[in-house]
Amino acid sequence: MLEGIMMGLATALSLQNLLMVVAGCLIGTLIGMLPGLGPMSIIAIMIPIAIKIGDPSAALILLAGVYYGAIFGGSTSSILINAPGVAGTVATAFDGYPMARQGKAGKALTIAAISSFAGGTIGAILLMGFAPALASVALLFHSAEYFALMVVGLSAIAAFAGTGKVVKALMMTVLGLILATVGESALFNAPRFTMGIMDLQSGFSFVTLAMALFALPEAMMLVLDPKRGSAGGAGGKITDLRITRAEAWTIAPVIARQSIQGFLIGVMPGAGATIASFLGYAVERNIAKGAEQEEFGKGSIKGLAAPETANNAACTGSFVPLLTLGIPGSGTTAILLGALIALNVTPGPRLMIDNPAIFWAVIISMYIGNFVLLVLNLPLIPYIAKLLLIPRNYLIPFILFFTMIGAYIGQNNATELLILVGLGVCATILRFADYPLPPLLIGFILGGMLENNFARAVNLTDGVGFMVERPMTLALLIFGAILIILPAYRRRRALALQKGVAPGD
Amino acid sequence: MTLDKAIAAVFLLVGLIYGYAAFTYRLLPFEQNMSFLPNTLPTVLSILVVFLALIILVSPKAKAEPGGDVLGDISLERLREYKTGQALTLIAAMVLYALALRPAGFLAATVLFIVAGGWILGERKLHVMIPVALVAAGSVWFLVQETLGIYLRPLPGFLS
Repeated sequence: MLEGIMMGLATALSLQNLLMVVAGCLIGTLIGMLPGLGPMSIIAIMIPIAIKIGDPSAALILLAGVYYGAIFGGSTSSILINAPGVAGTVATAFDGYPMARQGKAGKALTIAAISSFAGGTIGAILLMGFAPALASVALLFHSAEYFALMVVGLSAIAAFAGTGKVVKALMMTVLGLILATVGESALFNAPRFTMGIMDLQSGFSFVTLAMALFALPEAMMLVLDPKRGSAGGAGGKITDLRITRAEAWTIAPVIARQSIQGFLIGVMPGAGATIASFLGYAVERNIAKGAEQEEFGKGSIKGLAAPETANNAACTGSFVPLLTLGIPGSGTTAILLGALIALNVTPGPRLMIDNPAIFWAVIISMYIGNFVLLVLNLPLIPYIAKLLLIPRNYLIPFILFFTMIGAYIGQNNATELLILVGLGVCATILRFADYPLPPLLIGFILGGMLENNFARAVNLTDGVGFMVERPMTLALLIFGAILIILPAYRRRRALALQKGVAPGD
Repeated sequence: MTLDKAIAAVFLLVGLIYGYAAFTYRLLPFEQNMSFLPNTLPTVLSILVVFLALIILVSPKAKAEPGGDVLGDISLERLREYKTGQALTLIAAMVLYALALRPAGFLAATVLFIVAGGWILGERKLHVMIPVALVAAGSVWFLVQETLGIYLRPLPGFLS
């Protein structure tokens, strides 16, 4: 293994390859900031350039740089303007955006950068050590287990069910699941609930919905109430940029746990960064105690570090099935698989034996991509954070423009913009009525995968008996139920304690 | 009736219509013998929506948590203080932008939208606003079309 690492280092540390990774990180960060262009599309766009390079190691290093850059860029728009352009960064906006409004944008970006770096690096170490062993475990996961995993992912909604809001949070989740059923039906892809509108045949687009539910209502609130967000004493000023030692110690265990958990989820083909980030958020919220738990959703540093670490670790984890089995576990790795094949490299069980130089170059390029990204971005963060100081009269039209163009370039369809505005207005009204919006998006994102896997499992076993017959499914479902019920139970107990009732009563 | 109950009533209606659509969903011939049908989940979901909407409708109004939203309270009682006029005009501008994007071309529509957006919000320094909008529209167009190769018609339809 040491020999392999040396071989990879020798390849990756040449001047040409270092320039590649720097260029990749910069391009990825810049383009990734535009909502609507996630890592997947940016890598797809970069493939012709990568193939022109010819040398597989150099091409992969460039793509790794672009990949990590794009993920960081996506987190930036989630944190600064509440516009998550990729499903994997939706959970980042839950706590990142409130932090930014409290004047802690710089700190939020720093935490995001450090968590991403740690998640990616620890993920790469795990990938190096356990790739072959994990590949066989991933194959044990069938549609029944995937379904159960989605249910566990849905439990992240519990974070948005404050007092008197449980029913509302459930309602929004169910509505999200309903929106996910529009488009094509499970398994056979016949048009379903499209109301005869052609543009709806491919379903609602994720970017449109994310912009309509997160970015637009927030921009509208900024228009309605110019003093908004200045209540926290920060008044739009950017107060602290760096994280303190105490904060670093607070997030360190979160990063450690989520790197491993995220990586393991990423290993399962199809689960990926999105579920990892929601699950990471849900788990960390449940582990957190008392006041820290209350902070979640209102600008908790743990709530920001958890999904950022988990989604990066999961991205790295998704390379396990790609490199060892040749199975792309996510959209991004599927595109990378295409690029590898175009470069005359076939990932699979024989990659490590036939092309050890490339296998190790991929892994080393992950370390370098992560490291260069951190070095490049930490000095830039104060400047990126200052974007929020742009006067309101300029900032708001630009936020609106970027949300619309994000939805437009995804589909190249003006109807999408009308859907965006319509849903955005509805979402703003829902906020007035105190309906939490994140559960709707969580339901929408997980809905499609949930239904498909459930349908497959039911049809394979001819009934719902699989839920109790398969031990792993049962265990996951019970885990999900605990994650949903525990917060409500704890809350009730805390209330009872306040009233002076003994815990045993 | 408070706003959240009114919305719950709308959801109830949505649930009923959706349930009807799910119930009358026409299955493909080969789908009919499967255990899990394309309308199984929708039927369950519509029942859930109706059930949850009824709970919200009958339950007493929950006391809002003080400081529930750290970014500042959002409440209808403050509607008079809010700049609703600006918000509605901006929404109208967005709809116009959506309709004009294809016929007027990306550059013209975007510059107009950003300048109009700033104007609606009270910005009167056109000599700053217009160049800023031009640079922004131009650079986004350059990035998206020239660098990434995603087609955005730059000029009005009759010119290109």
